[in-house]
Amino acid sequence: MIRVVLPAHLRTLARVPGDVELEVATPVTQRTILDALEVKYPPLQGTLRDYVTGQRRPFVRFFACEMDLSHESPDAPVPEAVANGAEAFLIIGAIAGG
Amino acid sequence: MSEVRVLVGTRKGAFILTSDAKREKWEVNGPHFAGWEIYHMKGSPADPNRIYASQSSGWFGQIIQRSNDAGKTWETVGNKFVYEGVPGTHQWYDGTPHPWEFKRVWHLEPSLTDPDMVYAGVEDAALFRSDDGGKSWSELAGLRGHGSGPHWQPGAGGMCLHTIILDPSDHQRMYIAISAAGAFRSTDAGKTWQPINRGLRSPQIPDPDAEVGHCVHHVCMHPSRPGTLFMQKHWDVMRTDDAGDSWHEVSGNLPTDFGFVIDVHAHEPETIYVVPIKSDSFHFPLDGKLRVYRSRSGGNEWEELGNGLPDRDCYVNVLRDAMSVDSLDSCGIYFGTTGGQVYASADAGNQWAPIVRDLPAVLSVEVQTLP
Repeated sequence: MIRVVLPAHLRTLARVPGDVELEVATPVTQRTILDALEVKYPPLQGTLRDYVTGQRRPFVRFFACEMDLSHESPDAPVPEAVANGAEAFLIIGAIAGG
Repeated sequence: MSEVRVLVGTRKGAFILTSDAKREKWEVNGPHFAGWEIYHMKGSPADPNRIYASQSSGWFGQIIQRSNDAGKTWETVGNKFVYEGVPGTHQWYDGTPHPWEFKRVWHLEPSLTDPDMVYAGVEDAALFRSDDGGKSWSELAGLRGHGSGPHWQPGAGGMCLHTIILDPSDHQRMYIAISAAGAFRSTDAGKTWQPINRGLRSPQIPDPDAEVGHCVHHVCMHPSRPGTLFMQKHWDVMRTDDAGDSWHEVSGNLPTDFGFVIDVHAHEPETIYVVPIKSDSFHFPLDGKLRVYRSRSGGNEWEELGNGLPDRDCYVNVLRDAMSVDSLDSCGIYFGTTGGQVYASADAGNQWAPIVRDLPAVLSVEVQTLP
């Protein structure tokens, strides 16, 4: 089970009180996590990735295991600790705007 | 007894203000979608409990919300706004070609007759329509495709389609306006479009009377005269009586004819309202005095309305979609400011009072008059 931490505004949008858990087939990647997230919580469609390009929105960041994974390939396997549920996959609204 | 519902979109959420027909005591409900920009909310004329809201954020993009119970509860509907075909390019600020990219929905215009049909005016400028209550959206691509699209360019606020007007006497005819392209008309329900900017003159562009390129800020129409439109252009207040085939200036004695909002009285098609703003360099009222100007002659002769409005030290702006009217016998006029006040007049502009004072910056104001 993958644990995902959403930023506050997306928790409100998805109507979840806290972290979410997802069943994700292996190999677990950013793309498969986000795909599973959007299937379970349809209001999040389009909020993390651009519909046309499929790319991460500029002010969205992905952290895990004290690393910034934002610039990794979306198809690269996430760290094993995320894949086995020991560590959460953090979706962050970047600090921006002063 | 009649009731008035004021839908206020702000930089940090949506608010719904309600009052009885006296319009003296107001209940403020909100924020809905706290922390998100609400560019626009509007109720369906065919079902006033059906309200659509455009919710967006620089982080998480565009969301469309829909309520079926007058804003008590909301559901997220479709937010997939994808341009039809190859989007092509428009002009960037420096005149170079720039790809069309969807950014946000500026204006939602529900159908006059079908609660499930709603139009969306978006940035980068295009018109979308949903026929299923906002679940899915399709571009009316004839607008961008009519030929002048590559010459459109963004205004300071972005290249937005901000005005959508539906003709109640002819469901095939509609008008839209884009900053900074100008006004356009369709007579086949949005399939094809023609620019309607003859008579506009904008010294800020290389060809001041070009077919497109004008920075139109807002357009309004009285439903009883769908061939007459009033426009607040970047500078100049304009009027057409032939459905946009030709425009003429009606700025008359306004102290400045720069501004954003323009609206028309609910029962007097020749009574119109603007809020003059000092200039495009300042974006606040003249001399720190917030004033509405009213013309009872369809333009040219304007009277200053200031009873109850700030007389000094007021440096707010009133944005393009932030004025609306109710349709009670004594017509109410409403406008919101970037300082978070919503002012209302229950007597067509003679007396004003804030009905809420300290909201986030107001982006839009729409009014529903309920039986």
